[in-house]
Amino acid sequence: MALTLKINGKDRNVDVDGETPLLWVLRDDLRLTGTKFGCGVAQCGACTVYVNGQPRRSCVTPVETLEGAEVTTIEGLEGREADAVRAAWAEYDTPQCGYCQSGQIMTAAALLQRNPNPTDEDIDNALAGNICRCATYVRIRKAVKAAGERLEG
Amino acid sequence: MGDFRVTGSAAVLAAMAALLSACGERAPETEAAGAGEGAVNGLMTPAAFSSIAGDEARAAALFTEISKVMLHPRCANCHPREGGPTQGDDMLPHNPPVVRGFGMGAAGMECSTCHGSVNVEFASMTGSIPGAEPWMLAPASMGWAGASAAELCAQIKDTELNGGRTLDDLVFHNSEDHLVNWAWHPGEGRSPAPGDQETFGALTAAWAEAGGHCPEG
Amino acid sequence: MAPYDKPETPIIASRRDFLAGAAGLVIAVSLPVRARAHKGGHGPSRAAFAPNAFVRVAPDNIITVLIKNIEFGQGPWTGLATLVAEEMDADWGQIRAEHAPSNPALYSDPMLGMQLTGGSASMATSYDLMRKAGATARAMLVAAAAKAWGVPAGEIAVDKGVLSHPAGHQGSFGDFAEAAADETAPEDPPLKTADQFTFIGDEKLPKLDTAEKSNGAAEFTLDVYRGGMLTAVVAHPNRFGATVASFDDSAARAVPGVVDVKQVSAGVAVLAENTYAALKGRKALSVEWDESAAESRDTETILSECEAAAQARGAIAHEAGDVDDALANAETVLEADFLFPYLAHAPMEPLDAVIERSADGGVEAWIGSQGTTLDHQMIANVCGVDLAQVKLHVMLAGGSFGRRAQMTSHLAQEAAEIFMAAGGDRAVKLMWTREDDIRGGYYRPVTVHHLRGGLDADGEIIAWEQTVAGQSFAAGTPFEAFMVRNGVDIMMVEGASETPYAVANNAVSAHIIQNPVSTLWWRSVGHTHTGYAVECFIDELLEAGGKDPVAGRLALMTDDYARLAGTLEKAAEIAGWGRDMPEGRALGVASVKSFNSYVSQVAEVSIEGGVPRVHKVWCAVDCGVAVNPEIIRAQMEGGIGYALSAILFNEITLDETGAVEQSNFHDYRSLRISEMPEVEVAIIASDEAPTGVGEPGVPPLGPAVANAVRRLTGAAPRRLPMIRNDFQA
Repeated sequence: MALTLKINGKDRNVDVDGETPLLWVLRDDLRLTGTKFGCGVAQCGACTVYVNGQPRRSCVTPVETLEGAEVTTIEGLEGREADAVRAAWAEYDTPQCGYCQSGQIMTAAALLQRNPNPTDEDIDNALAGNICRCATYVRIRKAVKAAGERLEG
Repeated sequence: MGDFRVTGSAAVLAAMAALLSACGERAPETEAAGAGEGAVNGLMTPAAFSSIAGDEARAAALFTEISKVMLHPRCANCHPREGGPTQGDDMLPHNPPVVRGFGMGAAGMECSTCHGSVNVEFASMTGSIPGAEPWMLAPASMGWAGASAAELCAQIKDTELNGGRTLDDLVFHNSEDHLVNWAWHPGEGRSPAPGDQETFGALTAAWAEAGGHCPEG
Repeated sequence: MAPYDKPETPIIASRRDFLAGAAGLVIAVSLPVRARAHKGGHGPSRAAFAPNAFVRVAPDNIITVLIKNIEFGQGPWTGLATLVAEEMDADWGQIRAEHAPSNPALYSDPMLGMQLTGGSASMATSYDLMRKAGATARAMLVAAAAKAWGVPAGEIAVDKGVLSHPAGHQGSFGDFAEAAADETAPEDPPLKTADQFTFIGDEKLPKLDTAEKSNGAAEFTLDVYRGGMLTAVVAHPNRFGATVASFDDSAARAVPGVVDVKQVSAGVAVLAENTYAALKGRKALSVEWDESAAESRDTETILSECEAAAQARGAIAHEAGDVDDALANAETVLEADFLFPYLAHAPMEPLDAVIERSADGGVEAWIGSQGTTLDHQMIANVCGVDLAQVKLHVMLAGGSFGRRAQMTSHLAQEAAEIFMAAGGDRAVKLMWTREDDIRGGYYRPVTVHHLRGGLDADGEIIAWEQTVAGQSFAAGTPFEAFMVRNGVDIMMVEGASETPYAVANNAVSAHIIQNPVSTLWWRSVGHTHTGYAVECFIDELLEAGGKDPVAGRLALMTDDYARLAGTLEKAAEIAGWGRDMPEGRALGVASVKSFNSYVSQVAEVSIEGGVPRVHKVWCAVDCGVAVNPEIIRAQMEGGIGYALSAILFNEITLDETGAVEQSNFHDYRSLRISEMPEVEVAIIASDEAPTGVGEPGVPPLGPAVANAVRRLTGAAPRRLPMIRNDFQA
């Protein structure tokens, strides 16, 4: 089916099987490859994007449900929270292999948009859906806190 | 959880509000007696209880039947008494781990982060992720997973706990609610609740009509 | 496949390929013999291009360091570039890293004789090499500047990438890149002494790949898209050793977008115009499997077989004194069996590969290739082209933990077979799904350790008998020749055949028990189980002898393990070993030397809902010179998290028909941030040559947690994962 998606602020036309998960439309059709495939079943969070500003696992989101929706990917993630998160990510050199990091950063920025001063528990709750097999969790926790402080300060 | 601000859940909250106000305003249809004899998908129809003499006994028997649906994993998984939701027929803790948060999950990991408006079959394996609009936990006061039929009955009738719903409101909720309806259309890899929503609604109506009495025990 | 032969000539097609687009100075260092330079960007040069090219200085003043080891999180890009920047006196901002292409003549691991990343050896095998590469570059740039300025080279200073002379001359590396290529490389440029280091040991040196891994730009294999590319997924059998009997692809071919369905060695491939069509096509595919040679037993039976074998002594790996006599005369004998399950590596990026026909009739491939030379050779074999006609790009990979280095090169084989089966003209991307990954074998082998220990009347340990039974993944491969000796796979017994502890009477032996389930090294290899068995059992023996776990270990550690003792003392110190513990909490400790690095860890543990909860881990590591302290800490943290996931939650099980029961992260549970303990890392100051950190953080974690659990509950977790038990504090 032919669809118009609003991705990172731009209208993008695609012609795909309507059941195709957004993840594969982003990657195969639009070459926005920062959004990653990790499990395909909403277990790992590597494919996290925003749909209308809400974090969303793109691997279980049929593209046909998104007509008119605004999609934001890691490539289009910007704003105060995103800047603060990326700066903190650099401060702690958070990524290891880096594969899950788009998803981690999308979730972290979403958390800070909603709660700029999260506790460790808030961070754990928000990011418990984002698996990092390198287990750079200690740094993710520190970086999210630091990003929050940056926003508050 | 800090000074959490709701910024993005407006649509979902609006949907909840609409749902609640609809419950309060509209009168339910109560033509339950029309249901046929016997059972539908393992759930007895109201007619099967018509021979029970006495409203109290009949209502109690009807509610015991109703509770088969409400205590079924498809319903009870999102009516936990404490903590977050459970999942599967064995009602294990939800995986990935989630918290009730503001009722829709944690900031940054809401129910809607994974659950959309429809069930979605997995592309790479059998099974599906459930979805309905809006996918959410029942209020904590309506947590009943593991309750007995009697406990459940008392709980849902308690207007302090049930959001001020009358018996008629409950009939409407059970008969018409979209999220309740999901229990019979749970997607690939999940067993549906017994019966169907029509029978469930009819049982609720018959129970209310018989006075809404509760089973003992 | 045939054993790997070291190629007579470099397998790179031409220098032009290697140097494409590179102008300026390329430093080629042939170590230890000689060094030469080559002026890049001018096509084939008359000069012999000596092997080992690691540094490229461009006229735009960017220094690119070519990294022979794959970057999948352990930090070789930054680590190896640090060594070059140090000796060049470069500015960190001008340093870039990129993967060296596949070329064993240039980039082989000196010990293995092939290009392969493993054994936590990237830093250890690069420390002298990369410093020398940097020092050579610096000397040649200085020489070029000296010539241009007409001053003695010895009067030129270099600081943060700027060359200067007291007479007022100043220039950048880029200014002299072209001219430096004509200089003669010094035979043996002097290297800095530790007191001259500015980058090595810098606590704040930023990693080179953080930015691109924070904005989605980092390119992994899955992100490679080529013109006209097909995406392939493969239906693999449910049982190990099964083969395709027949298949019906009519429904699969009916899926819009599916282009072809082809049988390959490992199963049936569905090729499609896009990923979703390929997945849908595979779901619609019907395959009959020939399971006559397949493993049809469950994992309980496989474990029982190992456990039974472990009760009798096997092929001897190490023997000292008379263990039978010592056990017979011991005052107390303790006996324990430790059972270890199959483990999947489950890297975040499932296996994948891209392959296409190149203009010259050869093939070009993009793989997160860890066993690079093996993959290269496999692609050449399957595609029927010369080694020189294969151009293999080593890609960033989303984790590996051992999974991407296969002795069989099965992934490269599968990709190349699909590519050829589909005609060999359209580019193909092979993608494994998470289910393929979890069910696809190459697991850490099932292993059982049988231990008997004897104490004398004073509680001193006088006898140690350890028998290991499990699968060998080296047997039957080209690696067998140097990894299996006298019936003992050295990777099964590493960490047991030699322990830190002086016990007079000692017998360590092994039984190799093969079955069709494919197995592989898994982050820290044999130490994943030997470290656990040894460190749990020593703890039990010390307790039985009335000794403190820390003091008791220190008393037994031999002189060869002084550095391990140093980490144990440090870990105990920062953990506050011996302090009063809160109700329901206990500390456990373990020390393991692996890959020539020394790590001790103390874990603080409680029991929540029957499962151990690890609150904090104190870790002390001695890995020689700490080149990048933050990477070392990060690897300890990550190793702890990776190990904790495995010991608490993970096992691959086969059902009573031999089918794998797990399939994705919902039933192969990965540690999540909410389960991650706090970690405090102390790095022991050292002047020793640096050793690895990618794996050594893993082995001590399991036994440290287990020892705390035993103290807390009285129950020793001897079968992993621990979630099998319902512990009560």
